[in-house]
Amino acid sequence: MRFLFDSFVGWKSHCENHHISLHQAVIDFEISQKNGLEEDIWLGLQNAYSIMKDAVDTGLSADMTSRSGMINNGAKQVYKHPLAVLSVDFQKLISRALAAKEVNSCMGRVVAAPTAGASGILPGTLYTLQEIHGLSDQKILEGLLVGAGIALIIEQKASLAGAVGGCQAETGSAAAMASGAIVYCLGGSIDQVFNAVAITIQCMLGLVCDPVAGLVEVPCVVRNASAAAIAFSSAQIAIAAVSSVIPVDECIEAMGEIGSSMESRYKETAMGGLAATLTGQEISKRVLIQDIEILPDEHSS
Amino acid sequence: MGTKSGIFDMIGPVMIGPSSSHTAGVVRIARAAIRVLGGVPDTAIITFYNSFARTYEGHGSDKAIIGGLLDFKTDDANIKVSFDLAKEKGLLFNFKSIGNASVYHPNTIKLNLTKGDRKVEVIGESLGGGVINIAEIDGFNANFSAQSHTLIIKAEDVSGAIAFISSVIAQEKTNIATMSVSRKGKNDIACHVIEMDSGIRPTTIAYLNSLTWIKELIYIPDID
Repeated sequence: MRFLFDSFVGWKSHCENHHISLHQAVIDFEISQKNGLEEDIWLGLQNAYSIMKDAVDTGLSADMTSRSGMINNGAKQVYKHPLAVLSVDFQKLISRALAAKEVNSCMGRVVAAPTAGASGILPGTLYTLQEIHGLSDQKILEGLLVGAGIALIIEQKASLAGAVGGCQAETGSAAAMASGAIVYCLGGSIDQVFNAVAITIQCMLGLVCDPVAGLVEVPCVVRNASAAAIAFSSAQIAIAAVSSVIPVDECIEAMGEIGSSMESRYKETAMGGLAATLTGQEISKRVLIQDIEILPDEHSS
Repeated sequence: MGTKSGIFDMIGPVMIGPSSSHTAGVVRIARAAIRVLGGVPDTAIITFYNSFARTYEGHGSDKAIIGGLLDFKTDDANIKVSFDLAKEKGLLFNFKSIGNASVYHPNTIKLNLTKGDRKVEVIGESLGGGVINIAEIDGFNANFSAQSHTLIIKAEDVSGAIAFISSVIAQEKTNIATMSVSRKGKNDIACHVIEMDSGIRPTTIAYLNSLTWIKELIYIPDID
């Protein structure tokens, strides 16, 4: 059990050797690590999923205006728009991912899965997946467990924090969790689940964390929507048994390598990318108090 | 880092937005620190480093740290109004920002807390997803996650101290997950930080506390 969540290869061989499913391995791991009861794990997952759905519903009904004003009820606008550019399901997916993430930006209650900056992705995708395919809550919770297993490995091999690995570490990881969960819930094989993760990571690699004014608003909210879309596109590719070519463990390692070589201005410091644009700077001046003293480094030699 | 993450670090925590590094992790650092102090502080000087230095205000980390110092959980709606509640409880606080401190993790906070005569300095790191590492306590290396039961013992640098403490804990039928010992110099005070899989009995804590060579003992059960 010890090495299970250090690699996808390890997770797979553990499942094959013990003739258990991917989600059962995650439960066994959690029980062995945390001395918990299986019953409590299911209750915790049910609670998390219901908070996720609440966030979607809240974002589509309550007022979602952030203190900065950059977030201003966009999810509702998308949901109600008369023209569906692709399909009504797609329109709902995008608006739900936006909705849950707007709740987060407006200091509401969310599940950080894996982080709050990416807290719209699993709610948007799983809510929509359940609706389209008529899946039971139990099936969705199993998908969440697989998502948790995916995140545990990414945390070991790379990072989940924007400040360490850029946006790829946050929305990329959440999209990978969602994509793996989608394929798993729809009955995909272990290889197909892992291919969905690998393909999603390939699509999200290199994404920098450049939040305007340092707030978790722009571009975070729209990136939750695009990550939700990528989770579905990767799932569609993987479930058709198309290979990612580069194995999933190596994709995660690439993400870690890119994250560690990324300059710090692209790691949540609000000093590069969109945050450094003319408009980004103007917004920053308007919404942030400017008299923050930056002292010299007290440990410099 | 101490204890390995679990499912509910990945699907969780349930928290008040906007940022798990800047809100939930920050709340947890503060909740660990007030357990080191022994209660809600009278005064707090909070220093935000590196990535935190510029962004803490926009992310609401200022409200989160004060909420944590008042012992609010990560999903407590009162975090939004923690400044007002701190005023009611008589907690005095101020903030400092330090950029480019390359010795520290990108998301580091230093807390200088007082309560009556007691003073502590705690340095915490927010690792992402609400996971934290308490890196230092009063200048000693600590490195614990506050996710399991943690015992911090400051003791004279006597021979056999490590073996003695671990054998006492062994009687409690709990496993030691991590144990680290650091000292400022030879024969100086040593700081033992022990993360355990489950709790230990109050009588055992009282026994350890009664030993003359143990100068200070802090026990932190898992904080949420």
